[in-house]
Amino acid sequence: MSKPIIATTSLAGCFGCHMSLLDIDERILELIELVEFNKSPIDDIKEFTKQCDIGLIEGGCCNSENVHVLKDFRKNCKILISFGECALMGGLPAFRNGIPIKECLDEAYLNGPTVVNSNPDKILPNDDEIPMMLDKVYPCHEVVKIDYFLPGCPPRADLIWDALVAILTGNELKLPYEVVKFD
Amino acid sequence: MRNIVNKIIKKYKNDKTRLMDILIDTQSEIGFIPDEAVEEIAQILNLSKVDVVQTLTFYHFFSQKPIGEYAVYLNNSVVANMMGRVEVAKAFEEEVGCGFDNVSEDGKIGLYNTACIGMSDQEPAAIINGTVFTKLTPNKVKDIVADMRAGKNVKEMFDNYGDSENNSELIKSMVTNNIMKRGEVLFSDYEHGSALKKVITMTPEEVIEEIKDSYLRGRGGAGFPTGLKWDFCRQSEGEIRYVMCNADEGEPGTFKERVILTEFPKLLFEGMAIAGYALDAKEGVLYLRSEYTYLKNYLENIIQELRETNQLGENIAGKEGFNFDIRIQFGAGAYVCGEESALIESAEGKRGEPRNRPPFPVQKGYMQQPTVVNNVETLCNVVKIMLNGADWYTMMGTRESSGTKLISVSGDCKYPGVYEVEWGLRIRDMLEMVGAEDIQAVQVGGPSGSCIGKRSFKRTICYEDFPTGGSMMVIGNKRNLLNDVVKNFMEFFIEESCGSCVPCRALTVILKNKLEKILYGNGVTNDLAELEKWCNMMKESNRCGLGQTAANPILTSLKNFREKYEELINKDIEFDSGFDLSAAVAESCEAVDRIPNL
Repeated sequence: MSKPIIATTSLAGCFGCHMSLLDIDERILELIELVEFNKSPIDDIKEFTKQCDIGLIEGGCCNSENVHVLKDFRKNCKILISFGECALMGGLPAFRNGIPIKECLDEAYLNGPTVVNSNPDKILPNDDEIPMMLDKVYPCHEVVKIDYFLPGCPPRADLIWDALVAILTGNELKLPYEVVKFD
Repeated sequence: MRNIVNKIIKKYKNDKTRLMDILIDTQSEIGFIPDEAVEEIAQILNLSKVDVVQTLTFYHFFSQKPIGEYAVYLNNSVVANMMGRVEVAKAFEEEVGCGFDNVSEDGKIGLYNTACIGMSDQEPAAIINGTVFTKLTPNKVKDIVADMRAGKNVKEMFDNYGDSENNSELIKSMVTNNIMKRGEVLFSDYEHGSALKKVITMTPEEVIEEIKDSYLRGRGGAGFPTGLKWDFCRQSEGEIRYVMCNADEGEPGTFKERVILTEFPKLLFEGMAIAGYALDAKEGVLYLRSEYTYLKNYLENIIQELRETNQLGENIAGKEGFNFDIRIQFGAGAYVCGEESALIESAEGKRGEPRNRPPFPVQKGYMQQPTVVNNVETLCNVVKIMLNGADWYTMMGTRESSGTKLISVSGDCKYPGVYEVEWGLRIRDMLEMVGAEDIQAVQVGGPSGSCIGKRSFKRTICYEDFPTGGSMMVIGNKRNLLNDVVKNFMEFFIEESCGSCVPCRALTVILKNKLEKILYGNGVTNDLAELEKWCNMMKESNRCGLGQTAANPILTSLKNFREKYEELINKDIEFDSGFDLSAAVAESCEAVDRIPNL
């Protein structure tokens, strides 16, 4: 049997979940024995070159590009996993939800203390090449179907490892209380 | 301004448990509650500023900024919408020149939405500066706005007064009673004070026994046996006991208490005095919803009259040592205060958040003392039971539901109003009596009750079959049940949740979003299963009745009208998030002036 293929991406996240993935330490060597990576920052493959078994999604969707990438992942991966607070709930970026987007942009480009005198033409970025911002930050499952959710900020390395092993071996993953409690 | 606030606080003897009254008076004197007033109140009452702010922001009718010389609170309940609220709201916006939740540029008129104001039998209705305007039409709105612009007093804007006491000097309101059916208990004639005279010849224990024998159950909705509640309270240890009357009827579609308070207030106060006698309580508090402020002078005058005729006050009816007096505590717009422990919190000057139980109010209630909280209708029943005896009372109704029940009927029927019926009446017979034809559904017991269809019309109104707190909204076939009724109810619960329990605060919103997803045509089969699962979660995971029943609009309509949901469901696809990229980017593209490239 050929090796299972994994793809990963970071949408509106901080790459902390990917750092946590790397935090499985030397088991990363074991992992690449077990699986093959396709589109992922880990191997820097930019586009899908084949159908994948598992897609790991870090971060929620804050702009149109995030949505396209996420939909691309849904199309190319049999199983999609949201991993980390931002993918599950929107996380820190979702703090802007509830503030009108015009106010956010004005603060960022016109009125914020670090920009107040440095944008004399009062330009708000609007080039066609730039992704369009969404009205709010969406968790991934509000855009596409997500099969599994791994909580944490970031999810512990062991949890990611256990989850991947569970899926690859077809066993049930145990999520102890301390990884799902938030209050 | 400092002087105004100081005077108000002095009136309530610097008592921080009277914060509600202090805020109500400040709001009414100044027109809003400015920051300086908050600071002054906090300082004098020895509270932190946050204590004052958290109470003030909890209630709908308090505002931290000016609300306009005239503040129009237009009801947006389901029945109001059925009766043409949309056109009325539009007329207000056009005539005033601003949208809702705004004040006109000259600061003169403010427009606000509000939850049911207890006028479902005469909608669309609004409260303007405390005065109720019923049966509004776009034409009437034109006149009202012109009068406001001309600076007329709200009381002088109309002369079509309602029937009976509504026309009395101290009320002078256009509200009508609409008593459609008089039963044997509440709406029957009696000589006021006669029950009290009989009661003082008995011992308090005998009074409680009589109430127990009558099998009277609480009329607010929960149906707890009244005699038992009194017994528990009497047995609880405390320095002093309290009788509280819950007149915070906020359940949309309910207005029976409005009618009792207008026509039979002495009956209610006699009932409170009897409770006071049975419990050896010295003080009674009538917690009255803010929407009924138009009855304030009238009710206070009656209490004064009762004091003067020795039916309240000291040595009542000549009985040595029987001292009992009543004060009215107004709310300020919060449905959850109808929950007894939230009501107590509110009467103590705090946010109306339900308490954890135990201890129950009969153990530690108002001011941490044993307290009985009874519904208006319950206390009125008490009077007639004491007068005519428990045997007389149990002859009426069914085995587990004795006596009669007031039902507020509204919606698509010929004869909306209040009906006093014996327990055990079939819903079908009730519908026939109110002149309801072409019925799609009936909402029994308000949004927290059940939405039922024809299959259930054979059931009977009583605790053992189909219990209700006392309202029936008839929804005709021309209505869009899910969009016009169920969604409106969910919005109501979102607005009225106190926010203390996470499921009630968050899941109500999530459930409404899910409902909207289905209404917009993005629903899939799994959505219905999820709705059901999440609704059931609400029952188990919230502290009070509001939260536990907040999913009932969806849960009961899903049970009784599943086909209406299924019609909207796309069965061919397994998953649809309902996410719409073009809608999601529209706002940002407009903000930066760019054409979306999708």
